[in-house]
Amino acid sequence: MNRQAQAAVLLLLGVAVLRASSTDLYLRYVKAGLRPLLLAAGVVLVAAAAATVWYELKAARAARAARTVHGDGDHEGAAESGHEDGHGHAHREPRISWLLVLPLLALILVAPPAPGSYSAMRAGTVLQPLPDFPELPDHGTLRLDVSDYAGRAAFDHGRQLAGRHIEITGFVALDASGAPYLTRMVLSCCAADAQPIKVRLTGKLPPTLQPDTWLEVTGEYTSRQMKDPVNGGAIPFFKAASARPVKAPADEYEN
Amino acid sequence: MPTSDTVTPRAEGTRDAAESPQSPESPHSPEGSGSGGRRGGSSLALIVVLLAVLVAQAPVGRALSTPAMQGWMTVFVAVVVQALPFLVLGVLLSAVIAVYVPASFFVRVLPARAALAVPVAGMGGAVLPGCECASVPVAGALVRRGVTPAAALTFLLSAPAINPVVLTATAVAFPGRPEMVLARFVASLLVACAMGWLWQRLGRTDWLKPPSRPTFEGLGKGAAFWGSVRHDVMHAGGFLVVGAMAAATLKSLVPEEWLRSAAGNLVISVVVLGLLAVLLSICSEADAFVAASLTQFSLTARLAFLVVGPMIDLKLFAMQAATFGRGFALRFAPVTFVLALLVSVLVGAVLL
Repeated sequence: MNRQAQAAVLLLLGVAVLRASSTDLYLRYVKAGLRPLLLAAGVVLVAAAAATVWYELKAARAARAARTVHGDGDHEGAAESGHEDGHGHAHREPRISWLLVLPLLALILVAPPAPGSYSAMRAGTVLQPLPDFPELPDHGTLRLDVSDYAGRAAFDHGRQLAGRHIEITGFVALDASGAPYLTRMVLSCCAADAQPIKVRLTGKLPPTLQPDTWLEVTGEYTSRQMKDPVNGGAIPFFKAASARPVKAPADEYEN
Repeated sequence: MPTSDTVTPRAEGTRDAAESPQSPESPHSPEGSGSGGRRGGSSLALIVVLLAVLVAQAPVGRALSTPAMQGWMTVFVAVVVQALPFLVLGVLLSAVIAVYVPASFFVRVLPARAALAVPVAGMGGAVLPGCECASVPVAGALVRRGVTPAAALTFLLSAPAINPVVLTATAVAFPGRPEMVLARFVASLLVACAMGWLWQRLGRTDWLKPPSRPTFEGLGKGAAFWGSVRHDVMHAGGFLVVGAMAAATLKSLVPEEWLRSAAGNLVISVVVLGLLAVLLSICSEADAFVAASLTQFSLTARLAFLVVGPMIDLKLFAMQAATFGRGFALRFAPVTFVLALLVSVLVGAVLL
């Protein structure tokens, strides 16, 4: 790859990173905290592209000036040193740079979605026992994260949940038998390590549920539980009274 | 671009021959009569690739819309996006070392005897706040700056594992188990130093690839700095993409059930989690959280996961092969892997 092409790839990569991190796009892949670093990386990449073009032009001007003064002798020498450094690996190494075009295209043209029901049902629920559960407000509808509801239901015997009107939001995933789950993915670092928390839905649900649709489900706690067939983790049940489709949140992950 | 094309066909042509993949067969003759065409070659190829993808976007998009393919792409993009800032950080540091830090600095800081330089370099790894993507280019720059390879390699192995960011992440991921942080620190430092000393005794310089890039001597500092940044991003970035593809493929192919059945036996579980660390290629700033989620495995097995991951994985292997040569990586990686497993078991037995 020559330097102009390298500059173009650097520029596009920088712009793709800047675009992803200045919108909510980056939230599909990494945690919100990485944003400043991503912005900085994008700026550096764009600067590297600009510097490459700038020094190329400067070298070309200098070479032209040298040639008008000395003839060709001078940059024979310069060319010779560049040649030696690259010798021996020149055939292969730069070719690898072409691969940088792939994430570029994936990010600009495809922008793959955050992991959804397919990944969720392939992996076991990662619900972990917590040492304690903070007190919940006394009255009104409880709006809980899927992981918060699941944790309290599975490991706190639903102590503060029983008899309450509860609202949880997540995406639908269906197991092999077509049973519905309300699911959120949790992220420790990037989407490569995203893992699901699942809650099994029962009660009044729309007749047909499409996987990956986002639902806001209201209903109540039930003490029923099941084991995740993938890893034996606890999956509590939730008795739905009503469900309405909602837009996916900007950050589809829970912490 | 047309300016330089027309103005300096000879100098530019040779420089290109040193860098361009399109000209392996052609002898590196300074008489680059066809160089104008070749030079246009990769720019043109890039434009053609971009145009072709734009035109074929709809059918390509359909082919990529199956859930399995989407899952693969998500993991692939996520690994690249997550690693890129740290790669850029490492590349900048490496360029600073290459251009602004005089070689004499390292001579002064590091003990002259390699046997002593190794542990000093190992502890030095504690101050680079990044993951393994940053440490590879920095270690490469250290070698080029005349630091003894044994010390540079120790730094390469220790930096991603024992820096404050990674240790903090480990403490957060294992609440109430500070011994896990200590075990990770001790085991990683031990492996890094042992590999340094081993290299000093047995390593041969000819396994290391000679400096793999144009030196930027004789250029202005700015030109040298940005030349180094450009080269390292293109180079290490390409290998990062290879590693990300491998990690995404494994992530979407290996069913989780396989892991569950391996957790019972200590030896098997240590080896399995070691291999998993290699295959998943998770950033060392994140691997503690993944290790914490592997609850069915013993702490010792999870320690092995944490010690192996930052030292050797698919992405790192590709990047090490790029920086130090394939002959080096093929020898270095398996030894590191075995040593990391052994030390993890020992440290785990004592501390956990």
